[in-house]
Parts: sequence; C-alpha cells; structure tokens
Amino acid sequence: MRILLNNREEEFSDKSISVSDMLILKKFSYKMRIIKINGTLISKDKYDSTVIHDGDDVQMLYLMSGG
Amino acid sequence: MRFSEVKNHLSKFTVGIAGAGGLGSNCAVALARSGVGTLVIVDYDVIETPNLNRQYYFKSQVGLMKTVALEENIRNIDPEVKVISHQKKLDKFNIAEIFSGCNIIVEAFDSSEMKEILIETVQILLPGIPIIVGSGMAGWGKTNEITSRKIDDTLYVCGDESTEVSENMPPIAPRVGIVANMQANLVIEILMKIKY
Repeated sequence: MRILLNNREEEFSDKSISVSDMLILKKFSYKMRIIKINGTLISKDKYDSTVIHDGDDVQMLYLMSGG
Repeated sequence: MRFSEVKNHLSKFTVGIAGAGGLGSNCAVALARSGVGTLVIVDYDVIETPNLNRQYYFKSQVGLMKTVALEENIRNIDPEVKVISHQKKLDKFNIAEIFSGCNIIVEAFDSSEMKEILIETVQILLPGIPIIVGSGMAGWGKTNEITSRKIDDTLYVCGDESTEVSENMPPIAPRVGIVANMQANLVIEILMKIKY
C-alpha cells in the first residue's frame, strides 16, 4: 500500500498496518508525538488497534521538551 | 491596514496560553502589544532566577507566581488587555473547561509529556479550536532551521522539531523568543482572517 506520511509518499509491502507497526517499520523511536490520520487524532492507547489503509494521509509531529 | 484597525479587530478575540514560561510569557506579551483583547493564561509555577534567561519576568519578580507576574507585566504594557489567569496544573480533566471560550490555544509547556496531553485533549474535546504547538527550540544558532508548519486547520507547529532541551542544550532567550513570537504571529494571522 501507499500512504502519505508528512506529505511524502511512502510504500509498505502489507495491504494495511497498525499505527504501532508503522512506527516500528519506520524506526520512529522517539516517544512523544502526535499522530493524525486523515485529520483525526489517534491517541496513544489506540496505536495498536488503529489500522492505516492504502491512500491514508498520515501526519506525525514530534514533541520536543523545551519552552 | 493601519495598526489601529488591526488592534481593533484583535481586541474582539480570546487566546488561551497553556504555560507561562519561556514560550508562554513571551507569546502573551507579543499578543498583548498587538492588541488581542483577552488572554487566558494558565500556569502553576513560581518564578526562579534561572528562568530569567528567557522568560518575560524581572529580578524583582523572583518568587512570585508566574501568572501574577505576567498579568502585572501585561498591565504595565497595556491595561486594556483583559487577562484571565488560572493558578493550576492543567490535566485531561480541566483543559476543556478552562479553554472552551478561546478562539485559539497556544501550547507553551516545557515538558513533552504535557504538550502531548494538551494537544490530544484539545483536539478531541475542543474540535475546531486551532492549537499552535512549540516544538524544538533548545540551544543557540541554527536560526533557519526554525520554521512554522500547518498540519491542518486546527493544528500548527513552530520550532525546529528536533532539538530537545537537556543539560548541555539549554533553552536560551533568542531561540525560545523566536518560537514564542512565531506562535504569536500565527495567532494574529489566523485571527485576522476571521470576519467578526
């Protein structure tokens, strides 16, 4: 499947993957982040149960300490 | 458009500021100077001397609650700006109530955990209210790596999105001030587009 990840096209061999799988596959290890799929926020407790499908628009924002 | 017209337009709006540290104090002052009518400022901390390297406070204010000192500083800039301050720690259960009347919310926390809680809660419980996040402003230099980015109509981020504060990468006035003022600038840009 193909998705948009932060406005860039990304390809995965699976037909659909969970948010948790995507984080592992892309080696996104930094813990504090916001993820939105097609404009809907996915809270952290839903990463395992939320599935990303072909054509989805995924936005990820890292939250760095400091302010 | 003349500044008097800008100020008159901005005076009709309410902006929430979550945290009154480096981002929040500088952003609040920029918004007050620009003429934003009402600021809802939330913080539970007291000013300490190390804060003075970036936060909009003065030596004489060390020991005061940040909300109290910021209200005083804003009053000294423009007494017409209405400040509603809350001395409390924001959490999942009080965020929606405190910020429900705001047109925009500025995320101005220090800790990434608090940033996450605030953004998640606002996006879920206050849908439609834009939130302007600050992420990545530690250290010095690298001015051109600081940007602002629109994720969608309700979520914006200012910062370099990569530098994290640590012992050897402290937050210092210029980069924190740049991000705080970028957040304020985005607030004004969004509010100026709203017909009132």
